[in-house]
Amino acid sequence: MIPEIGHYALILALCVALVQGILPIYGAAVGNSSLMSVAAPAARSLFFLVLIAFGCLAYAFAEKDFSVLYVAATSNSQLPLHYRLAAIWGAHEGSLLLWTFILTIWMFAVTLFSSHLPETMRSRILGVMGLVSVGFLLFMLSVSNPFERLIPAAAEGRDLNPLLQDPGMVLHPPMLYMGYVGFSVAFAFALAALLGGNLDAAWARWSRPWTTVAWCFLTVGIALGSWWAYYELGWGGWWFWDPVENASFMPWLAGTALIHSLAVTDKRGGFKVWTVLLAIMAFSLSLLGTFLVRSGVLTSVHAFATDPKRGMFILAFLAVVIGGSLVLYAWRAPRVGLGGGFATVSREGLLLANNVLLVTAAASVLLGTLYPLFMDALDLGKISVGPPYFDSVFAPLITPALFLMGIGPLAQWKKASLPDLGKRLRWAFGVSIVTALVLPIVLGEWTPLLSLGILLAVWIFATAVVSVRERIAHGDGGSVVARLAGVPRAYWGMLLAHCGIAVFVVGVTMVKGFETEKDVRMNVGETATIGDYTFRFDGVRDVMGPNYVAAQGAFHVSRDGREAAVLHPEKRRYTATNQIMTEAAIDTGLVRDLYVSLGEPLDDGAWSVRLYHKPFVDWIWGGCLIMALGGVLAVSDRRYRLSWRREPQTVPVGAQLAGRQMA
Amino acid sequence: MTPRQKRFAFVGLGLVVVGVATWLVMGALKSNLSLFHTPTEVANGEVPKGRPFRIGGMVEDGSLKRESDGLTVHFVVTDTAKSVPVTYKGILPDLFKEGKGTVAQGQLGSDGTFVASEVLAKHDENYMPPEAAEAMAKAKASGEQRSDAMVAQP
Repeated sequence: MIPEIGHYALILALCVALVQGILPIYGAAVGNSSLMSVAAPAARSLFFLVLIAFGCLAYAFAEKDFSVLYVAATSNSQLPLHYRLAAIWGAHEGSLLLWTFILTIWMFAVTLFSSHLPETMRSRILGVMGLVSVGFLLFMLSVSNPFERLIPAAAEGRDLNPLLQDPGMVLHPPMLYMGYVGFSVAFAFALAALLGGNLDAAWARWSRPWTTVAWCFLTVGIALGSWWAYYELGWGGWWFWDPVENASFMPWLAGTALIHSLAVTDKRGGFKVWTVLLAIMAFSLSLLGTFLVRSGVLTSVHAFATDPKRGMFILAFLAVVIGGSLVLYAWRAPRVGLGGGFATVSREGLLLANNVLLVTAAASVLLGTLYPLFMDALDLGKISVGPPYFDSVFAPLITPALFLMGIGPLAQWKKASLPDLGKRLRWAFGVSIVTALVLPIVLGEWTPLLSLGILLAVWIFATAVVSVRERIAHGDGGSVVARLAGVPRAYWGMLLAHCGIAVFVVGVTMVKGFETEKDVRMNVGETATIGDYTFRFDGVRDVMGPNYVAAQGAFHVSRDGREAAVLHPEKRRYTATNQIMTEAAIDTGLVRDLYVSLGEPLDDGAWSVRLYHKPFVDWIWGGCLIMALGGVLAVSDRRYRLSWRREPQTVPVGAQLAGRQMA
Repeated sequence: MTPRQKRFAFVGLGLVVVGVATWLVMGALKSNLSLFHTPTEVANGEVPKGRPFRIGGMVEDGSLKRESDGLTVHFVVTDTAKSVPVTYKGILPDLFKEGKGTVAQGQLGSDGTFVASEVLAKHDENYMPPEAAEAMAKAKASGEQRSDAMVAQP
């Protein structure tokens, strides 16, 4: 009964979404206020209907209702409750429901925080979001219904993939989807601007916080995924350039470009047409990412083609959304106008360079991700594009962007002078160069890449310091504290996010340069040494988990004779699927991780073991968190609060949403 | 600069970036693409020498041997028609099992042994890497043709 209620709620939701997608947009076109006023109530009821559907599916999982096909396929009666609930987004159908649910959450948020927008704008935004949800609801109801019954019911479920039975995996998809779907707001703003033909600085100011919040979620989502891969896949890598990862990285690159382009539109009224195109791009890549990961096309083009209905729907939907919005763009963009002019060397010019580099990088990732699919689909042979491709294309494209990142915040709008910039930045440059040359030698190894990484990281930090110093020197107010307080939060946010990048670069550089890895056979009582650390293997014992049995090893790690850590890696066998899983043990530190994972049992209680010493690896994810915090700080700026001044709430939506999610 | 010259400067700059990117992509694709080959193709010598590629198929039952260091392993990958011996030093992935599908990345040694640098554990719900499944399906299809031919000959 409950699953049928969920199914029925989805059908009702589709009807409401159709109304929301058609009436307000039509009303805005003919200037009919009563049609436009349908938008907000429709969006709110859509939210409640999808919430009911989501709740019904959650209930089916909680109650172990194996008469629902999706529940039987992705959970098991031994699976603990929190993983059963996380199993909602453990596979295709449920992920689509989560996606739609999050879309309605964003819609609901738009209805709450948009009363200051002109009515036509607001109804167009909600209308476009309604149309997007029509596509997803239709997809679920036609070919991927999460409530499909399994008759007769299964006695036992097939279980959630053990890889996904992990706290990181519980959080990663919702965060990622908050980011993906959040770009739908920017997309809807862009289409609304195209439909209305007016795109001014106020428009950019409205859509900026939404875009930034979505970007923060996406950043955290990607970082969580990377962290999960690091400790759960058991082999110590943090980024594999796997198509699944690329699928989330491409919208991030486009979204990052969008944030910067929006800044120009907001502050200077420039880049208008480009901003709109980037908004379309970011959301299109989000859609593409969702489908790449969830449609099975990556595992096998041919498996994808064996279920042609799903595949055709996806391709048609992508074609309608991307093609439709690009057609609208081609038709209406000339009316939007180009915005003010600027010199080659100016903050606009530098931001344009940043945009071109980011978009080119995204395009190169897209090419590497889709190329094997096309080759396979056309029967031109099976190939794989490995990490070396991405490393050798991505790094040279992003390096100049990182370098320009130090200069951009210090350049004047409209026209900057190169000699002046050189004078202001010479100390920062000198410090970076010297550090880059000396530090690797102090650390014991000099390679060009190591030097380059340190150069970029120090450069970003140093220019941030110069930037703050100049703000203090030229700020209003008497004391240094007053001047510091006068610096807008958006500016602090930007600097913080940039420093996040620098922290990230430090992490990547140090891990690539100094990590040590050892595969070794260890008898009980034997020791192995990597770096300054000695690992002693004290044998394994059997432990029982809720739905697995495991061999748990004990490793004593010491440094200079003193104990540094005791690590307990596990080899688990999940009883439902009989699947073996490596559970690595990690001792986390500010400047290094110690990482042990069990390989295979050999004779006489010996095991093959993999040991890692990973310096600064946590800075990679720490940097991402700092970037996201920078975004949150920027969104809390007064200038956005002012634009919400007619609201009863004084806290901007971004901070509120973010706070709720982080709590 | 006049606005016209400025526009040309921007367009030129954009073209330079795109050009550099294209050059990087072409270079990287040329040296980093790894093709997939079936054990039959390897046995028939239809594979590039001195270039890494991937093979896939089933790990032959009883073929897994471990050297005394506990890390170097030898096994045989088959697509049921032909087999290729594989050597790998390192820890095998959790899903690696005799009688199951596998995909390995590496180079063909001079003695005809495939020296793997990486053994992949990717799989779908049926615990068979798609490449491996395809290799076996291919071998099966061509195997049937061969037996037809044998029947036709006296």
